[in-house]
Amino acid sequence: MHATTTALHAHPEPKRGFLIVWGWLLALTGFEVVLAYQHLALKVMLLMLMAISVVKAALIIAYFMHLIYERKSLVLTLMPAMVFVIAMLFVVFPDSVRLLNMRPH
Amino acid sequence: MSSPPLNAATVPDSVWNGGVSPYAILPKKLGMWLFIVSDAITFSSLIVAYSYVRVASQNWPRPFQLWPSIANAAVMTVVLLTSSITVVMAVRAAKIGQRGVAAGWLLATMLGGIVFDVLHIHEWLGLIGDGVRLFRNPWGVPMFGASFFALTGLHMLHVTIGVFYLGVIAWGFHRARFTSDDVEISGLYWHFVDLVWMFLFPLVYLLSAKVS
Repeated sequence: MHATTTALHAHPEPKRGFLIVWGWLLALTGFEVVLAYQHLALKVMLLMLMAISVVKAALIIAYFMHLIYERKSLVLTLMPAMVFVIAMLFVVFPDSVRLLNMRPH
Repeated sequence: MSSPPLNAATVPDSVWNGGVSPYAILPKKLGMWLFIVSDAITFSSLIVAYSYVRVASQNWPRPFQLWPSIANAAVMTVVLLTSSITVVMAVRAAKIGQRGVAAGWLLATMLGGIVFDVLHIHEWLGLIGDGVRLFRNPWGVPMFGASFFALTGLHMLHVTIGVFYLGVIAWGFHRARFTSDDVEISGLYWHFVDLVWMFLFPLVYLLSAKVS
């Protein structure tokens, strides 16, 4: 572990890579704002905005949070469990549609 | 014929073998990662709750005009993304032993956090001025205020805590009381705060933008 830290001391990552990621994040944010003003169905809009957000989150986790350079075992310990728990939160979600349909129109 | 006993020499090399440092990171860094995972689940549950009440409500309000609300939130997003690149620079400087430079980048990051908070409080005050409260608002959908203030308030609390956290780390690292690992770990927290906003901005603001 100390050997890894020493290696990082000797060879800092180039700034250019981080600036490119930052540029992409800004560009995707701009695209999201433009997209929000297009006349699309709410479901399509939601799907597109969330897809862009997932890409932005992946860029931040991989490059800014350095996970792409960590051991695969750390990634496999953290990410699948988190994604699974978040996915399970949606188990109750269809009930919201039931509530909407029960309201008097 | 019995197979040889398993030991370090006979077990094939694998990332799952364990050892003294199976993930090759410091325990405190693993601790921060575990906190981030649990906090991500906290925010996700709030986002799911917001989505639930939004789908279950008729005529969810779309009060955010391009100017000032969406423009303000877009500037907040740019500020937060920029503060992420300044914290990256702080970690990079810390790793090569430039204590003063790293502390400077951390101060720049804190400034980004403060600007974000000021813009956000301005946005809150605008909505409160329009009559939005936790459980009532002019549009007749009571849960709008509760979900908006809960989601953005919890995030703003994280930004504020982050500003103080980075301040302590900048001060301690400048005085050689903390190591570059501490700067890196505080950076992980800050990036996470940035990451959460990448979901709140489209979900809370863009999907409630007033489109003519």
